[in-house]
Formats: sequence, C-alpha cells, structure tokens
Amino acid sequence: MWDFPLFPDQASTNAPKLDALMLFELGVLVFFTMAILLFVLAFCVRYRRGNAADRSHPPTHSKAMEAVWIVIPAILSVVMYAWSTRLFFDLYEAPADATQIDVVGKQWMWYVQHSQGRSETNELHVPLGRPMKLNMTSQDVLHSFYIPAFRIKQDVLPGRYTSLWFEPTKVGVYNLFCAEYCGTNHSLMIGKVHVMEPADYEAWLSEKGVGPSQAEEGGRLFVQHHCAGCHRGSQTVQAPRLEGVYGKPVPIQDGKDVHFVTADDRYIRDSILLPKDQVVAGYEPIMPSFKDQISETDLLKIIAYIKSIANGETSQ
Amino acid sequence: MSASALAHHDGPPADYLSDSTVASWLLTTDHKRVGILYMISVTVFFAVGGLIAGLMRLELMTPKGDVLATPDSYNRMFTMHGVIMIFFFLVPAIPSVLGNFLIPLMIGARDLAFPKINLLSWYVYIIGGLMGVWILIFGGIDTGWTFYTPFSTMYSNTMVVTAAVTVFITGFSSILTGLNFVVTVHTMRAPGMTWFRLPLFVWSHYATALIMVLATPVLAISIVLVGLERLFHVGIFDPKLGGDPILFQHLFWFYSHPAVYIMVLPGFAVISEIIPCFARRPIFGYRFIAFASVAIAIFGFLVWGHHMFVSGQSMYAGAVFSILSFLVAIPSAIKVFNWTATLYKGSIKFDTPMLYALGFIGLFTIGGLTGLMLASLAIDVHVHDTYFVVAHFHYIMVGGTTMAYLAGIHFWWPKISGRTYPELWGKLSALLVFVGFNLTFFPQFLLGYLGMPRRYFEYRPEFQVLNVMSTAGASILAVGLIMPLVYLLLSLRQPRNAGPNPWGATGLEWQVESPPTTHNFHEPVLVTCEPYLYSPEEAEREYAHVQHVHSS
Ligand code: HEM
Ligand SMILES: [Cu+2]
Repeated sequence: MWDFPLFPDQASTNAPKLDALMLFELGVLVFFTMAILLFVLAFCVRYRRGNAADRSHPPTHSKAMEAVWIVIPAILSVVMYAWSTRLFFDLYEAPADATQIDVVGKQWMWYVQHSQGRSETNELHVPLGRPMKLNMTSQDVLHSFYIPAFRIKQDVLPGRYTSLWFEPTKVGVYNLFCAEYCGTNHSLMIGKVHVMEPADYEAWLSEKGVGPSQAEEGGRLFVQHHCAGCHRGSQTVQAPRLEGVYGKPVPIQDGKDVHFVTADDRYIRDSILLPKDQVVAGYEPIMPSFKDQISETDLLKIIAYIKSIANGETSQ
Repeated sequence: MSASALAHHDGPPADYLSDSTVASWLLTTDHKRVGILYMISVTVFFAVGGLIAGLMRLELMTPKGDVLATPDSYNRMFTMHGVIMIFFFLVPAIPSVLGNFLIPLMIGARDLAFPKINLLSWYVYIIGGLMGVWILIFGGIDTGWTFYTPFSTMYSNTMVVTAAVTVFITGFSSILTGLNFVVTVHTMRAPGMTWFRLPLFVWSHYATALIMVLATPVLAISIVLVGLERLFHVGIFDPKLGGDPILFQHLFWFYSHPAVYIMVLPGFAVISEIIPCFARRPIFGYRFIAFASVAIAIFGFLVWGHHMFVSGQSMYAGAVFSILSFLVAIPSAIKVFNWTATLYKGSIKFDTPMLYALGFIGLFTIGGLTGLMLASLAIDVHVHDTYFVVAHFHYIMVGGTTMAYLAGIHFWWPKISGRTYPELWGKLSALLVFVGFNLTFFPQFLLGYLGMPRRYFEYRPEFQVLNVMSTAGASILAVGLIMPLVYLLLSLRQPRNAGPNPWGATGLEWQVESPPTTHNFHEPVLVTCEPYLYSPEEAEREYAHVQHVHSS
C-alpha cells in the first residue's frame, strides 16, 4: 500500500523522449532557481546592515546587465520551444500503419471498441511494439483521455473526433485516467491499460470468439438505418455512392459556389447528423438527419464501414 | 468631510479613523476607508476559502473518498474554493486594499478620481460576495471555477446561473476599480510627479487597471452566454445544438489568463516598494521594471490558448501560443533579476515585510519557471490538468500574490493603523508560511508528474505518501496564515506608536501622519525628485550611531 514511486513508468516510445526534455528543462529551472537563491543569499549575508562591506556607488541601472538577462533566457526559451514543439507535432502524426481503436467517453466510463470486433469498458488492451491510433469522441461532456505512463493526453469532445497515437514499449498494466473534470464521478472514470505480448493480444482479441469487426458491424447498421437504400445506387433516389469517398475531396454546393472538403471522419459524421449543411454538388438536399437516432458508438462503426470501402470496391 | 477638517482646524487634524460611527463607514467616500472595508471583507473571504481548502486537504489524506465528503460535496468544495479565492480574494486583494489606500497618497492626491464610484465598487463586490455565500449555503455549484461547457450549460444540476450572475456582478467591481485607477493616475498626480517619478507600485497598478478594464468585460460576456445557454438552450456552446464547447474556453481564458496578471502584477507592485526600502538603496533598473509591467499586461492578452493545448485546438495554434507564452516569461524574469540586483551593495535589514518579500522571490521564481514547462507543448500534454498545474498556480498565486499581500500588509500596517506589531511574531509567521507552503505544494509537482489528475476526490493508493505530506504542510501553512490575523488585530489595542515613518522609507505616503488625516496632505504637494532615493551608506552610519548610543 505504501509503495511510493517518485517517477512514472516509461512505457511508450514517447515517454523517454518527453522525460529527456523534461530533465533538460528541470536542469534549466534548477540552475536559475539556484543562481537566484545563491545571489540573494550571498547579498543578504554580505550586505546585511552592520556588516562591513563596500557600499559605495550602488549601481542604479545597467543596460548591459539587462541585455544579458534578457538575451540568455530568450535563447534558452527558443531551445526549449523548438524541442518541445517538435515532440508535440510527432504526437499528432500517427504512422500510416497504426492500428485503429475507437474510444467513446461518457459520464463516467470509457468505452473502447477494437476494430476487429471486441469491445471493453475502462480497460484498454494493446499489443507491445505496435503503433496504435485512438479515434475518440464523447457522448456528453468534455473528458480527457490520459495515460501517464505513455505521457499522452487528449481531450475528448462531444460532437468532434480527436485522436491520439502511441507505441507501447513495456509489457504491464498502467493507469488510464480522465483528466478533464466531467462531473460527479470524474475521479472514478479511471481504467487500466494492459500492454501485452502481440501473441497474447491476438489471443485476447479472439478470446470471446471473433465477433464481427467494426466495419462489418457498420455495414449492418448501414443497411439497418436505411442508408443503403439511397446510397447503394438505387434507381428511385439519387444519392452519391460512398465507395471510394473516404479521404477524397468532395465538391460541396454552397449557394451558387462549389467548394471542396475532405471526406474525413468529421465530414461523414456531420453528413449523417446535419446533412443539410453540406450538400454534395449536383444532388438534392433530401437526406434526413439521423440526429439522436444513432449513438456515438454506432456512428464510429458506420464510419469504419465507409472507411473499409474506401478503395472503391463495393462490398455487396 | 471638508467641514470636519475645517472644524478641527485649531486642534490636531482629524485622522481618517476618528469618526467611528457605522454610517460614516458605510457611506464613506474616503479612499482609505474604502480600502479598509475591502481589507475586512477580503480577509473574511480568504478565511472561508482557506477553511474549504483545509477540508479538501483532509479529504485527500486517504486515497478513498471517505473522510468527510461525497463526490458531489468535494466537487462543490473545490469549485467554491476556486471561485472565492480567485474572484473574492486574489483579484481584489492588493489593488482594492493596498491600491485604494495608497495610490492617492503615493501620487500626492486627496482621493481617487471618482470617490463615489470607489465606494460603489465595494458595494458591488459585497453584493457578489453575499450571493457567493448564499450559493455556498444553499446547494453549491460543481462546475469548477472555470465553468467549462457543456458540463456547466447542460449537465450540472447545481446553481450555475446564480454563480454566473455572482461572477458577473463581481466583475463590475473590478472594472470600476480599474477605471478609477487609470483616470486617477492620469489626472491626479501632484505637480512634479512625472511618469518616471511614479513609484513602481503605481506603475504596476496602472498596468493592472488597464487589464481590468479591457479583459473583465469578456468574462462578463462569456458568463452571460453560459447563463443564456443554460436557460434558453441557444446553442452557442452545445454541440448538440450546433455550438462549440471550445469557443467557451477561448472566451473564458481570454479573460482569465490576463486575470492571472491582474493577480500577480499588484504583487510585483508591493515587492518593488519593499525591497529598496529594506535594502536601503534605489531600485535597480527602474525603467525596465516599469516597462516590464506594461509589457506583461500587453503580452498577457496573447497567451490564453496555452490553457488549451490538448483541447483539440489546431496544433499550429498550439505552436503560436506556446512561443508567445515563452515571451511573456521574459518581462517577469527581468523583474526577478532586478530585485536581486537591488540587494547588491545594499544595507539590508530583515524585518517582517522583507522576509515575506524574499520568500516571494523564491516562490515566484519556482512558479514562473515551472510555467515554462507548461508552456512547452509536449510537456504540457503530459502534465495538463494534473497536480503539476495545481502546484504551479499555487506557487504563482499563493506564493506570489498571497505572500506579496502579506508583505504589503505588514509593511503598511503602521501607516494604516498607526501601530507597530511584534516583530518576532511577524518573522515567525513569515517563516511558517514559507515552510508550510513548500511542504504543501512541492509534493504536488511530483504528484502531477506521476500522473495524478486534479479535481480528484479519490486517487490511486500509490499517490498517498505525497498527499499526506501535502496535507501536513497545509496545517503548518494554516498556522502561519492565522498568526498575522491575531497579532495585527491585537496591535490595535495598544496606543498609536508607529510614527509617520517607522521604516525610514521614501515615498509621499510616509510623509503624512500615521494614520493619515482624512484629507491626506496638509498643503499642496510638490514633487522634485525621483523615487527610492535611499542611501545604503547613510543607513550604515545611522546604524553604527544607534549601536553606539545603545552600548554607551
Ligand atoms: C492552505 C492553503 C491551500 C490549500 C491547502 C489549497 C488546496 C487546494 C486543493 C486541494 C485544490 C484542488 C485541486 C484540484 O483538485 O484540482 C485547490 C484548488 C485551487 N486553489 Fe487552493 N489551496 C490553498 C490555498 C489557495 C489560495 C490562497 C488560493 C488563492 C488565493 C487558492 C486558489 C485555488 C484555485 C484557484 C484552485 C482551483 C480550483 C479548481 O480546480 O477549480 N488556493 N487548492
Ligand atoms: Cu471524464
């Protein structure tokens, strides 16, 4: 019970990089704090009232000194800035081959959906040494997905997708916290991240029998919500086909003008919930809104399905 | 007021405390009395906020939330602690108490430019405060002092609208004070009091006042929008209605980041007076310090986005806000270096205000430098919304503002009350506050880096040791903070013994009686020299002389 760590686990490729930067900045901080402390102490001792010392002509200003203590902190700041911004940008550029996992936050639990079908709550199982990308959204308020041992955190927002990626480097069990205050049981919205050997992970995935994958589930929902009726080339209703759409620019009719938006997760989500806002050029604004009819988790499945048909082949 | 001054023309002139009826206080337009009204109310709020902090620390002694609170009551406690400490203590403390009392005296004026508005600002503040207490008693609010949407607008079932009104009202008090200071500094300076003869106290308050006037309305607007959204579902912040929750964060921090400077600039003001006085030498780099205040006020407006690095705002925005945040650190660093350099070749005496001021330098330095870590994007990703941030802002705000406030109260207490206080107790309190403070908040840096999120009433058992240390520190800190309350109040029972200038300080406020007369100055003031004309060598000669007289 009284175990008493002073330094968090390093369990992702990001962690040692961040700690190195942190130690550098800590060094700068300690150096300046000590320098100021030493000067203050030294002056306090030497120039305490009644102590004999040379007090003639105390300087009242010095442009040179001011310049020194403006320039040196400025240079150090630039170094810290460049270094940390570099690492920060890396956090947002997931490798192309990262395995995708969907995460939905809600008061007060984390719902995790693996693309191969298995889902879990307040647990996240991931394989060692493989880049993983989380696509996250919230069903209600702001949450923040935080794994200290990986040194990563990202707010999870209602009505938007945010993402996060990491590559685990150490087998073990780590804390998963919600870091954005989200109401009564905010401090209970915690979970465990299990980093497993890849073989164990595969075994875990299929433990409950391989269910339908995210995309397959999405395909089923696509039919169930009658999306297919219009979007799979029916004769009666004219709607754009969705094969090959994902990731491509789509022409949007905006009054008289046409502009292009990229068909990403957000675009698809908005098109389902607010179809009148973005009408594809050449089509009538007849699609109904599915607001309040499709849950966040189902939306993610449908998006996974549309992604899965991105290469143009139909799945019929 | 002027009538009573005339009536006393033959006898000793009336000091501002002499008419002691309640009505004379509640209807006063004397800036000194308004300052005292603020001092009393700010102290009461600080005590309430501190009591809640104590309860929270008790709760956090054990990892399970079982000491005294349910989750909801803990959430309400940290919200009220935050709201009270920010809006009812930190923002008004130094400007409204010391600023009100001192600015007219320091610039050789009879009063502020708008004495009635000054009194009005106190009433506005008190109305807001009473509403705050009302909320506290009848149910509370659990959104955190940041009121983040959509939790505050859609999900919280506590008194959000009332709290919004409270903050809105209190904001006006701040705006009125700011306006009054700006106009006063521009129009009421005595002949000869040029801008570069202003005490740095006035410079800092001038910069603060500018932020108060420009930023507070944004808070008012965002808080009104929260109220509207909550009551009428207008759909500004709620994504279900097509709104954007991040918009609220932009609006909120557009006020609240500059507000951090509303809190610390007045702290700088106090320290810039005390260090030269007790080191007995002119402040080093007067102009740089003056300009640094204004630079901080301006840059302070440009860095709000650094509260939102992981909020989902674009990473390019993050990169811009990060570099701007590094920039704003530089004028703060200038000040610390200048104060340190002011000690060089001084004749330093360690009275209570000086001990508090030196403690301030240490704590503010740590708070400021950890701010650089938070400005570093990648590090902030890890420590954002953890106890690291809690430690950082307590170092800045409690270590900075509260220490400076205490330093200032001790420094000007003889002027305000006409009495001295027991030095030994004063020094002991400064020591206890410093030690207790570090023991309370330093462990929180470690907790944060280990990953303990803030606003948690339950936590993982491995965080317990550090939490227990923090709670132990808080009890020492509490003792250190209660002591001044006791001995300063007790000092009021002794006869007036301070004399006009017990510290031998320069500055116009030390040339009038202690306590000052109602109308401050007996004859028009003419300023002919720079501030801080102290001489360390003279201080040494006097000291040697006193030693000599004592020993013979
Ligand atoms: C005895 C001294 C104090 C102790 C032990 C203390 C303790 C705490 C604790 C435990 C929290 C909650 C942190 C969290 O869970 O996120 C907190 C938050 C806060 N404290 Fe203090 N505090 C003290 C003094 C002060 C003072 C003097 C101020 C300001 C003058 C202050 C301002 C704040 C603010 C603004 C928050 C943020 C509230 C929020 O998270 O919404 N505290 N404090
Ligand atoms: Cu949460």
